[in-house]
Amino acid sequence: MRPILLKGHERPLTQLKYNKDGDLLFSTARDKIVNVYYSHNGERLGTYVGHQGALWSVDVDPTSTIAATGAADNTIKLWEVRTGRCIHTWNFPTAVKVVQFNEDGNMLLAITEQRMGYQGTVYVFPVTIDVDAPQSEEPIIKFSSPENKFTKAGWSYLNKWIITGHLDGCVSKYDAKTGELLLKVSVHEKEVTDLQFAPDMTYFITTSKDKTARILDTKNLKVMKTFVADAPLNTGAITPRKDFVILGGGQDAKDVTTTGSRQGKFEARFYHKIFEDEIGRLKGHFGPLNHIAVHPAGSGFASGGEDGYVRVHHFDKSYFDFLYDVERMRPE
Amino acid sequence: MPARIEDTARTILDTVVVVDGAPIVTEKKVDALTKVLKKLFSEAGRVREDGFYMPIGPDGKSKGYVFIGFETPEQADNAVRGLNNKRLDNKHTLLVNKFTDIEKYGDDDEEEEEYIAPPEEPYIEQEYLRSWLKEPNAVDQFILYKGESVGVFWNRKSEAPEDIVNRGNWTETYVAWSPLGTYLCSVHHQGVQLWGGDEFGRKARFVHPGVQLLDFSPCENYLVTWSPEPIQLMPEDSPMRAAFPFTASDEGKQIVVWSVKTGMPVRTFSSSVGQDNERGPGPQGPKKISWPAFKWSSDDKYLARVVPGQQIFVYETPGMGLLDKKSIKIEGVVDFEFSPAVIKGTGKKDEPEHVISYWTPEISNQSARVTLMTIPSKEVIRTRNLFNVAECRLHWQDKGAFLCVKVVRFTKTKKSTFTNLEFFRLTEKNIPIEVVELKDTVINFAWEPAGDRLVIISTSDAPAAPAAPVATPGARPAAAKIPGMPGPGGAVKTLVSFYGLERSKGVNGQFRQISTVERKSSNSIFWSPKGRVVVVAAVGGTSNNTGELDFWDFDFEGEKKEIPGAEEVPANLALMATGQHYQLTDIEWDPTGRYVATSSSMWGRAMETGYRIWDLKGLLLREEHVERFKQFLWRPRPHTLLTKDQQRDVRKNLREYSKVFDQEDIAEESQASKELIAQRLRLLEEWRAWRKAVDAELEEERGGIVPLAFKSGDDDDEIIEEIVEEVIAEKEEEIED
Repeated sequence: MRPILLKGHERPLTQLKYNKDGDLLFSTARDKIVNVYYSHNGERLGTYVGHQGALWSVDVDPTSTIAATGAADNTIKLWEVRTGRCIHTWNFPTAVKVVQFNEDGNMLLAITEQRMGYQGTVYVFPVTIDVDAPQSEEPIIKFSSPENKFTKAGWSYLNKWIITGHLDGCVSKYDAKTGELLLKVSVHEKEVTDLQFAPDMTYFITTSKDKTARILDTKNLKVMKTFVADAPLNTGAITPRKDFVILGGGQDAKDVTTTGSRQGKFEARFYHKIFEDEIGRLKGHFGPLNHIAVHPAGSGFASGGEDGYVRVHHFDKSYFDFLYDVERMRPE
Repeated sequence: MPARIEDTARTILDTVVVVDGAPIVTEKKVDALTKVLKKLFSEAGRVREDGFYMPIGPDGKSKGYVFIGFETPEQADNAVRGLNNKRLDNKHTLLVNKFTDIEKYGDDDEEEEEYIAPPEEPYIEQEYLRSWLKEPNAVDQFILYKGESVGVFWNRKSEAPEDIVNRGNWTETYVAWSPLGTYLCSVHHQGVQLWGGDEFGRKARFVHPGVQLLDFSPCENYLVTWSPEPIQLMPEDSPMRAAFPFTASDEGKQIVVWSVKTGMPVRTFSSSVGQDNERGPGPQGPKKISWPAFKWSSDDKYLARVVPGQQIFVYETPGMGLLDKKSIKIEGVVDFEFSPAVIKGTGKKDEPEHVISYWTPEISNQSARVTLMTIPSKEVIRTRNLFNVAECRLHWQDKGAFLCVKVVRFTKTKKSTFTNLEFFRLTEKNIPIEVVELKDTVINFAWEPAGDRLVIISTSDAPAAPAAPVATPGARPAAAKIPGMPGPGGAVKTLVSFYGLERSKGVNGQFRQISTVERKSSNSIFWSPKGRVVVVAAVGGTSNNTGELDFWDFDFEGEKKEIPGAEEVPANLALMATGQHYQLTDIEWDPTGRYVATSSSMWGRAMETGYRIWDLKGLLLREEHVERFKQFLWRPRPHTLLTKDQQRDVRKNLREYSKVFDQEDIAEESQASKELIAQRLRLLEEWRAWRKAVDAELEEERGGIVPLAFKSGDDDDEIIEEIVEEVIAEKEEEIED
């Protein structure tokens, strides 16, 4: 599994995103640009230039027509995927940490940072998937959680709920139509650093600085699986096709200079989703992993690190052949 | 008598103590004795001007008892507490009582009371303290100290260790086992506590405020503690006073020797030696002390400490008096060691005796010298003169059969050093000495337990000669546990050499080098307690090589390699495995020699703390990362009760035994794997059942409407073929016609 090393950014990576077909890979970093690559060979399709601050988040609609980005310049921008033209900008009082399209591609979820007296807020905007159509300035709903900061958020299936992760390790479930808090559970001991859904959005994985990752049931936020790592985790993803999860993290960036790279735990770790065992590790980055995205077909994954590199991996045959004895005994 | 006068008389009588058991001396020596006793009793309080009366018989001899009057009754009380049963010398022990008590209890005028037998105390069964040894498979226990909690666990090899007891804040600083594993010691500001038995109930308390260091005698009869705070008595009226085990004579002392069985102090000592007999000049400031302060003979009978440059004090248990009432004066003495066992044929009457070895450096015109002396007869049985000595280290083999003196010597230019190993053979007649000369400086040395093979680590880029193991107050005890371990480094390239004793036809030959490995970063040697296997490791430091572990087998069961020059050495050395535990700080073999635990403690400033358990072949069995991990300690075992013949039988029939154990292991493993498979099956079934339910539910809720994100376009993967031409080689050939 020889990775393709993408050197498109000059600053630490913040998010990676495959489009629905898996042929394009979007990456954001703190260097104010968005890069789009062909995922199969790493060739760069283009760069979206326009943001004035570090980028935190990117998403692309299911038809791969429009991409949305959230940045530290307090804006969300919509881009035409094909040409890299900025087609709309929403302004906010604080930085935008997360942007995400819903499963129909007609709504965009965003969360803004709690800072300078402004509360962290969840917004939902209506989006028209047409590069020439005007976009609505007003959100459908917005709500905030004054007592604890949002760190991550995501849509559930059927656009029913919005799941949010918090600074204190809690995970909450809000009604996507009314913004009402339905359920809140304490899942981690420290900050929730990532929240990624399974393909059908019925369960999701959360990672935390407390060195654990957990799989929760979207419906009742029950913890179903727990994965224990030996380093703070920044990101985790669920792989389609195989029952694995891939976790990434490592020592905090600020501590890295005080130790050797072998101490940093900058590896992508593979765990078995059902048995919770660690199966393997993949070395490569020389800084903590900030984000991992899995190819929608489960044929590969990409990792972005604090070191500014994106590594795109295509799984080998042995990856697909790997099965536990009990899985062989009881094939599905 | 008017009441007032009687009161006064009572008060005066209250200040008088009667001393019995004093020596009976002739007229000439009365003055001397008076002086000694006055001085002794002035420790307890001020003796009144006319308060000393020693009756003299008609023959001019003293009668063996003395009356002493103090200024206050409290001082008299003090004298009774502090000096009763005081051993004046070998024959005389003082019995001190208050005059009024003698009157009260001994007065015949009082009505004769009938003797009433004291009620018999009910027999309370004491808990059996060695129950852990009954484990049929000889599974060992260990302590894990992490964060604030101390737990004792059964070793379950690669499985998670099994909890026996786990307590928060069990100790304030660190924990330790007693040397035979009977007690777990916790250290608190108020003192030391011992815990034992199945449930680890409290078995003893030793009140010693500010205690920091502790050391047991080899047979667990005595405990030595040290505190930087000199003992201070509490005020008389303090409620704590009754529980405080010390008396006025203990004030200002810092080292206490305790009897483990009674829980009472046996004797107290000052930290700074030499002021033992006279009172020290007030509290000593915190300074480096060498620990353990006392070295014990193997049977707990003697304990000794050295005053560098002057003398060795040897004390005798249980009385804690000086052996023969005097110290052994040795000019210039630097260090000494007790033999780890009694040595046959050393005593005058051919009784086995203990041996101490000590060395003195070059002083004025005298050469440096290593001396062996028997204890208690104090006979010098062997000396060895040495020249150009920088430093000596005395390494006894654990059965006392050999003593290796590691002599660091200066070269002629005095600019660099090299090392001589002087082997004393104590089992042979006249104790012959063999010298092995090495070019390099030896930084570590270790004998095979109960064997005659050894491992040496040396280096040519000689660092400064390692200082004697010194425990700074407050330092963790483990640092003092591995004497001679070089400090953090590991960057220094070292040479690891293996030696063995030639043996042909049962006759001991010479020590020969079996093998040597260059360019290592190892600095520490850890022999299996059963011998044969040794782990050579790089402990401490931050370089990339730190934590390297080499597992060597001295009796490798395979083709024997002939080593030129060492054909007669019964050994076949092989490197079984290597491992690494980055930034490890401690290594410990379990007491049976089956497992090795390596740990990285937060005390050792390791970035990533935790422990690993390896088997003796160097196979990693278990690895656990533990936040705020502090200590890993195997529970020691007492010495075997099998006789030598029985042990030999066991060794002879080892194959028979191992068959049974192998079967048990296989059965256990298959049981464990069966359980694991069952567990996984259950997880798999549960997950699939849940997925099925969720899928069905989702299907129903969606009602057949597929959102954009799941709509499939053209499902067929487009296959892009890329043809790359690559020129592998181009060659031009001229063809002549």
